[in-house]
Amino acid sequence: MNTSIIEIEDTPKLSAKDFASGQEVKWCPGCGDYSILKQVQTVFPDLGIPKEKIAFISGIGCSSRFTYYMDTYGMHSIHGRAAAIASGVKAANPDLSVWVISGDGDSFSIGGNHFIHSMRKNFDLNYLVFNNQIYSLTKGQYSPTSEKGKVTKTTPYGSIEEPFNPAELALGAKATFVARTLDRDPKHMQAMLKRAHQHKGTSFVEVYQNCPVFNDAAFFAYSEKDSKKDATLLVEHGKPLIFGNNMEKGIKFEGLKPVIVDLNADNISTNDLWIHDEHDKTKANLLARFYDMDNNGEAFPRPFGVFYIENRLTYEVGMLEQIEAVKTKKGKMPLNKILSGDKTWHIF
Amino acid sequence: MDTAATTTEKQQKLVKVESLVVRFSGDSGDGMQLTGMQFTDTAALLGNDLSTFPDYPSEVRAPVGTIAGVSGFQVHIGSHEIYTPGDAYDVLVAMNAAALKVDLPKLKKGGIIIANNAGFDRKNLNLAGFADGVNPLEDGSLDNYILHKIDVTRHTKDALAGLGLSIKDVERSKNMFVLGLLFFIFDKPLDHTVKFIEEKFAKKPDIAAANIKALNAGYNYGDNAEIFATRFQVAPAPLPAGEYRNITGNHATAIGLIAAAERADLPLFLGSYPITPATDILQELSKYKANGVKTFQAEDEIAGICSAIGAAYAGNLAVTTTSGPGMSLKTEALGLATMLELPLVIVNVQRGGPSTGLPTKTEQSDLMQAMYGRHGEAPLPIVAASSPSDCFTMAYEACRIAVEHMTPVIFLSDGYIANGSEPWRFPEADNLPNIHPHFINMPNGPEATLLPYKRNQLGVRPWIKPGTKGLEHRIGGLEKQNETGNVSYEAKNHEVMIGLRAQKVQNIAENIPLAKADSGKDFGKMVVLGWGSTYGAIKSAVRELLADGYDVAHVHLHHINPFPKNLGELLHKYQQVLIPEMNCGQLLHLIRAKYMLPAIGFSKVQGQPFTTAEMKAKIIEEIKK
Repeated sequence: MNTSIIEIEDTPKLSAKDFASGQEVKWCPGCGDYSILKQVQTVFPDLGIPKEKIAFISGIGCSSRFTYYMDTYGMHSIHGRAAAIASGVKAANPDLSVWVISGDGDSFSIGGNHFIHSMRKNFDLNYLVFNNQIYSLTKGQYSPTSEKGKVTKTTPYGSIEEPFNPAELALGAKATFVARTLDRDPKHMQAMLKRAHQHKGTSFVEVYQNCPVFNDAAFFAYSEKDSKKDATLLVEHGKPLIFGNNMEKGIKFEGLKPVIVDLNADNISTNDLWIHDEHDKTKANLLARFYDMDNNGEAFPRPFGVFYIENRLTYEVGMLEQIEAVKTKKGKMPLNKILSGDKTWHIF
Repeated sequence: MDTAATTTEKQQKLVKVESLVVRFSGDSGDGMQLTGMQFTDTAALLGNDLSTFPDYPSEVRAPVGTIAGVSGFQVHIGSHEIYTPGDAYDVLVAMNAAALKVDLPKLKKGGIIIANNAGFDRKNLNLAGFADGVNPLEDGSLDNYILHKIDVTRHTKDALAGLGLSIKDVERSKNMFVLGLLFFIFDKPLDHTVKFIEEKFAKKPDIAAANIKALNAGYNYGDNAEIFATRFQVAPAPLPAGEYRNITGNHATAIGLIAAAERADLPLFLGSYPITPATDILQELSKYKANGVKTFQAEDEIAGICSAIGAAYAGNLAVTTTSGPGMSLKTEALGLATMLELPLVIVNVQRGGPSTGLPTKTEQSDLMQAMYGRHGEAPLPIVAASSPSDCFTMAYEACRIAVEHMTPVIFLSDGYIANGSEPWRFPEADNLPNIHPHFINMPNGPEATLLPYKRNQLGVRPWIKPGTKGLEHRIGGLEKQNETGNVSYEAKNHEVMIGLRAQKVQNIAENIPLAKADSGKDFGKMVVLGWGSTYGAIKSAVRELLADGYDVAHVHLHHINPFPKNLGELLHKYQQVLIPEMNCGQLLHLIRAKYMLPAIGFSKVQGQPFTTAEMKAKIIEEIKK
């Protein structure tokens, strides 16, 4: 069950260059999307999938131009619908490695319905959302992930809306793989892309992506030297939750409540800390909620890494297994039998 | 009922009739649809030609006994060819007072009423809106009809006494009592329905036994009660020789899609979202897993078509099925499929609109939407089915055009033919037309370059499946450079591409049959031009008028975009063009605009099909001008 149905062929190893389509890349200078493109092109030769077996399906927005830049199969589709189109691609040909490229507006606003159902249905897709917390292609309106109070062209007096926390949304929608990474951390992103590919099921990766034009520095707290160690938490399976400028802070449970503790204090050791378990959904939910939880007025660090993994039958495998089971039981019905049905009569 | 001959048998008179219309009418929970279908199947097996019209409310179970809850099933059987479910009925089965109230107006004068007494108690009479103390079964108001008052509920209870069934199960068997009685009156055997019951309730033998007992009890009641002195017999119709089956439009659509996929040697994928009256197609196709059919019940209408676009991209014969409101939701994705130039079949089983409109009633009001309902210049081929069995032919044709011309195709059916049924002389698989997909596995441009939008003589691009080595390329909704398919914002190129996409659709006319008269001559005083489900009513009316000596003909369109090449020329050979439609004149606009003809429209938008009488009256009114 859930074994890979993507054949690995014995061909010479490709390079990152082999995955560049030759189309001129047209994102704004300094856009975080360049880094994501580079990491994808860097990682792909290691995945060992023949180019013709890869399909990128994107929606609409800056993120979704991505498809044009990969020398694989690809479809730049319509706003919000990439996940639905990718479902059909994967159902029709489970042999393809299908990558959905989307943005925060594309996936959480206009395509919100497809996003949640995609998580639940669990096709073996890799679903990357470039979250820059702003509508960029339309030049600067607030998005469903923009923070409350955000001043944009359509919220001159500040947004009054509560934003989505994508990781929490995905878990609530029964995602089988939830991870978060950052455009300015190439190594981490590469690791997350590989994990996403390895997971059989819908792998949701939220990529914090800087928009230098309309929402510059939105994630600098998590990427810049002076703040990132204290503001981020890199989670790894089986390891305790530790962060801080000198890795001096930890997170432990007080009952069901996570609290930040000082590891230099006498009575705390790393053995007391929360050990990250990718298969524990309760912990994954709490981890996702660090996004807007506080510890007596102090914000929790923003977690990055794989929050959650669950092995669950993929949609396309379930579909094929059912087809095979019914075929075995009933046998293929000849077309003439389908045409005639069960009850016929003859007129002479 | 056209009486033809009489014979005598016992004390009962057996009258031969040429045709017969029966309306089964009762509460939504009374099983009238099933009863009607069983009567229909038996008539079909005995060789009658027929046409059915299920007419039910959109509420699954409206309050019991109310007007809103009345569910009807009409069947027209004949010993000659039958094209409509009949304007008025010879027999009305009324299971309660509301059913009588709703359906009495269309019962022929002198027709037979079989009324279930138990459904005419004070409560039911009140619910049906009869004034206190008024009971139409008792007050002489039905003296112009042959009224049979039968306490179906009590007789069924008596027949099933001692079987130990719950009151509910006994109640549920009363439709079988009525069916048995009708089989007696119309001289039909019970064995087909007995077999049906045995199969349906194979796992509940006591329920099967009860239903069969009720069926027999109804038949015997007719035989013994001596109130049915006259029985009627409809002889088999002289249909063209061959193997026949009975089929509804939705069922025919489903197997048309399967047949096309098999003949094109493509896997079939259906991405769909349930919506009345199109849901049956999704339900039916989901049964064909053993034939590798993939059905995907999407999260919404948009995901239905988008998943189908994904499957088409991956090389499947992809289909989405819907009705009006769903069609509106799919519009943007339809534009994408048009831009991508992928094969895709969109089935719109039209219903009364706009908005939620009349979900269970029929209409032809989505033609303009099919023709023009997308932003940008986005012409698409449109085909339409004229009868239940024609849904097979046109679903198949939609697939052929989609695959061979690399385009989305809109197939218009409607609630009337989707749910209605008729006998069908089904084809042999080997006799179905071939369907040739245009896949390529090698670069098609100079110096081994790939040109995904390079066209053949008919303007059709190749189909390139992801997975094909060496042909990796990107497609999308942005305007494309001619031939390469690369994104292009160049001004002249956009106009060229719009022209190429439109020409591709026009070129389909090279591959479809020419228009000709279905009834009457190819020239003359008047032609009645129809499309879709008006076929039966127009054909019946025109044939009757031809027999009366009128100079009238019937031309019926199955291809609406593009029109058959000779359509303009043909229409100009008549002095008058009358276009009946279940809308406010949509084909009328298209014909007038394209051929500059002073065509006359004839509209009916009541959620009900045209009757033959209405059609005849309008033709006579216009032809005399």
